[in-house]
Amino acid sequence: MELFGIWIAAFLTLCIYSFLYKDNPFYRFAEYLFVGMTVGYGIVLSYHQGFIPFAWEPFMDVFTGESLFGLIKLIPIGIGLLFFSGLSSRHTWLIRFPSAILIGVGCGLAIPNVLRANIFEQTRGTIEPFAAINAGTLSGMEIFSAILMVIGVICTLTYFFFSVEHRGPVKWVSKIGIAFLMIGFGSAFGNTVMGRVALLIQRVDFLINDWLGSFVALF
Amino acid sequence: MLTKLVNMDRRIVFILVALAVIIPMLFPISLPVSISEPTQNLYEFIDELPADSAIMLVFDYGPSSLAELNPMAKAILKQCFDKDVKVVGLTLYAVGTTMGSDLMKEIAEEKGAVNGEDYVFLGYRPGIELVILGMGTNIADIYETDFYGTPTTELPMMENITNYDQIELVVDLSSGNLTEAWITFANVQFNQQIAAGVTGVIISQMYPYLQTGQLIGLISGIAGAAEYEHLIQSHAKGTLWINVESFVHLLIIILVIIGNIAFFVQRKQEE
Repeated sequence: MELFGIWIAAFLTLCIYSFLYKDNPFYRFAEYLFVGMTVGYGIVLSYHQGFIPFAWEPFMDVFTGESLFGLIKLIPIGIGLLFFSGLSSRHTWLIRFPSAILIGVGCGLAIPNVLRANIFEQTRGTIEPFAAINAGTLSGMEIFSAILMVIGVICTLTYFFFSVEHRGPVKWVSKIGIAFLMIGFGSAFGNTVMGRVALLIQRVDFLINDWLGSFVALF
Repeated sequence: MLTKLVNMDRRIVFILVALAVIIPMLFPISLPVSISEPTQNLYEFIDELPADSAIMLVFDYGPSSLAELNPMAKAILKQCFDKDVKVVGLTLYAVGTTMGSDLMKEIAEEKGAVNGEDYVFLGYRPGIELVILGMGTNIADIYETDFYGTPTTELPMMENITNYDQIELVVDLSSGNLTEAWITFANVQFNQQIAAGVTGVIISQMYPYLQTGQLIGLISGIAGAAEYEHLIQSHAKGTLWINVESFVHLLIIILVIIGNIAFFVQRKQEE
């Protein structure tokens, strides 16, 4: 059975890589199969690990007399079912209720935490090294990094500041900002190349060691 | 000649890349591994944990990212089981469920760790933010059973683990933006220590969090996985693959240089 799985995986891997020559039905078959299986697997898992323990089982407990707590689940289940009103043009307005609740809860949970994680903490991280410079606990290189970071932050933010026309000194500051952005994009691109090549290496490793290895096991 | 180089069929590049992968894989060589500070920090944090303390290992990735993240997960699990550190495994990414379960079983068998005593795999629950926040109050409220159906409260390992107060560290292995969700909700709301292992695509996004201490450590792509394997002295796929990767990077650099020279020389000739 394991051998069968290896051969199926090898066949699908070769189907996907056949795209490097040109688009073909084998590639499309493997692509659609991957997308379909991912969605199908996700739905089944969400049903078994989400709907069953959080909605169905508590609801069923009401009928078995185990607990009346499940009755309260009727409220979120009912609100959730309103999403399906989008299927009927007459009742599609009902979808606003679950959407509004989702957006409201999402914003309420996210805004204070995101502000702290991504604005306040990042601002603290940018300024904090200067307190250490004042205390004399940073090395020369660390002081240079701290100053460079502040210059980068100011110049990059200036590039995205559109309330003032980018002329004169503002133009030059924003140009330095572009240079910092380019370095950031370059770093991201380099890491992305590393990631993509790793995917290729893993598949080649599979083809050489597992698939071709299975030939050796067969004969 | 130059025109030919600039207009070279891209399939020749594919063949060259394939050769740069296949040849070093058939004839492996060992290149030196230098350890980056974020990887070292994570290793030391786990290494200094007392026996019987617990970490949470989150498998927030699917099969399309296993090349980079599976070697990290294996290395961390090996370190934890060797150190008698308990591991609570889970995922917020549906597709990662079976993979996480199989991987924990594989390393547990190798290291003689017992399910329910040395590690648990809780599986998947939908609703990212709500799951992270809910576990801050009570893990068993969110995961009433583990992935295999055993009630969480009946698992011996979970007797003393109620919420993040008993979890020393959350290590999020992620191929998307879920690490940011862990930082935003678990770190900000519950002051939970977070570390991450991420794919190459999102490494750059993680560095600001390292600088502020919101992440205590970071394993960066396949290079980070190789570093971690080196630290735990268990050289496996991460080390093999980063050696192969070095040859591909060398080829890419050569091709970029040749391409640029050809482009500029040709432009000068046209002028």
